[in-house]
Formats: sequence, C-alpha cells, structure tokens
Amino acid sequence: MTLDLTHFTAAVLFSVFASVVFGITQRNTSREQIRYGLYCFVLFVGGVFLAGWVMWILRH
Amino acid sequence: MPRSATPASPSMSVMAPAVAWLIPGAGHLIQKRWIRGLLIMASITIMFVLGLLMQGRVYQPNGGDILDILGFVGDVGAGGLYIVTRVQGWGHGAIAHATADYGTKFLIVAGLLNFICAADAYHIAIGKKP
Repeated sequence: MTLDLTHFTAAVLFSVFASVVFGITQRNTSREQIRYGLYCFVLFVGGVFLAGWVMWILRH
Repeated sequence: MPRSATPASPSMSVMAPAVAWLIPGAGHLIQKRWIRGLLIMASITIMFVLGLLMQGRVYQPNGGDILDILGFVGDVGAGGLYIVTRVQGWGHGAIAHATADYGTKFLIVAGLLNFICAADAYHIAIGKKP
C-alpha cells in the first residue's frame, strides 16, 4: 500500500502531530499545553503559506 | 487543576525514558498520564506509519555521509517502531519520488519527537514536571 499525499496535506499532517507533541512536552498545565499546541500549529501552517508565497514570488 | 510535580521512585527515572523510547507514549502511561500518553502514542505512531506508507527511506546503521548518520539517529528514536520496521524489512532504501522525501522526513521527525517525549517522561519521573 502506498500513500500519495499532496505537499499541502503532508505539511498539515506533519503540523498536527508535531504540534501535539510540542504542546504536551513543552508546557506544564493542560490549558497551557492546548494553547501552545495550537500556537505551534498556526505557526507551522502559516509558515507553509508564507513559504509558498515566497516561492511563487521567486518563480514569477 | 494541574497535577503537582512529585518525584517518583528512583527506578522510575530510569524505566520511564527507556519505556518511552521503546514504545512511544508508554513512558507517560506508566506514570498515569493517560491522555498525554495516548496522544503521544497516536501522534508518533501515525506519523511513523504515514512515513512508511509514503515510501520514505529507512536509514540503517552507517558510518558514511553525515546526513545518513543523522538520518539513522532520527529514525532510531522511534524505538520499537524502528526495530519492527527493520525486522520486517519494511520501508525503502532509496527515495524514488517527491512524496517519498516527505515520508523520509516523517520517519525521522517521528523518531526525534519520541526522543523529546522520552525526556519529558524522565522530567515527570524526577518530579521536575507535573
């Protein structure tokens, strides 16, 4: 079985799992963990969009 | 209400990170951090399996290129998942297409995240973290 994800889907999945682990390991209370996990996720996905636009600008 | 940080038995400070490395999330589970343990287990296992399904490269012990050595260090962080993968002969030795490159990164990062989780399990065991 082979999985053929798009670049964006792969990046979002990566962001979800990495954010969960970062949230749990880098903060102490449940509330802080959820907030930090969401913060990491937004930064990851935001970085994907930013990198995408930078590549688009460089290409054109 | 946050759980207070209480040091566990000395043996737990050795066992927790070891178990956490071998089975992702288990270091938290044996210390009764059920939700954290299950989330870690799910995240790292799914990430590793996705890496395999994307035909990511599984690094083997090597003494060659520095990136290959670092790739192996990352992969081996997944502990039992990596051992099972090697025993079963899953994964690929070379990257055939772009998605496989993502798969390779998924495998490495799953291992690296598991190292962080093992350290976190140790911090819980010594009472540094609730």
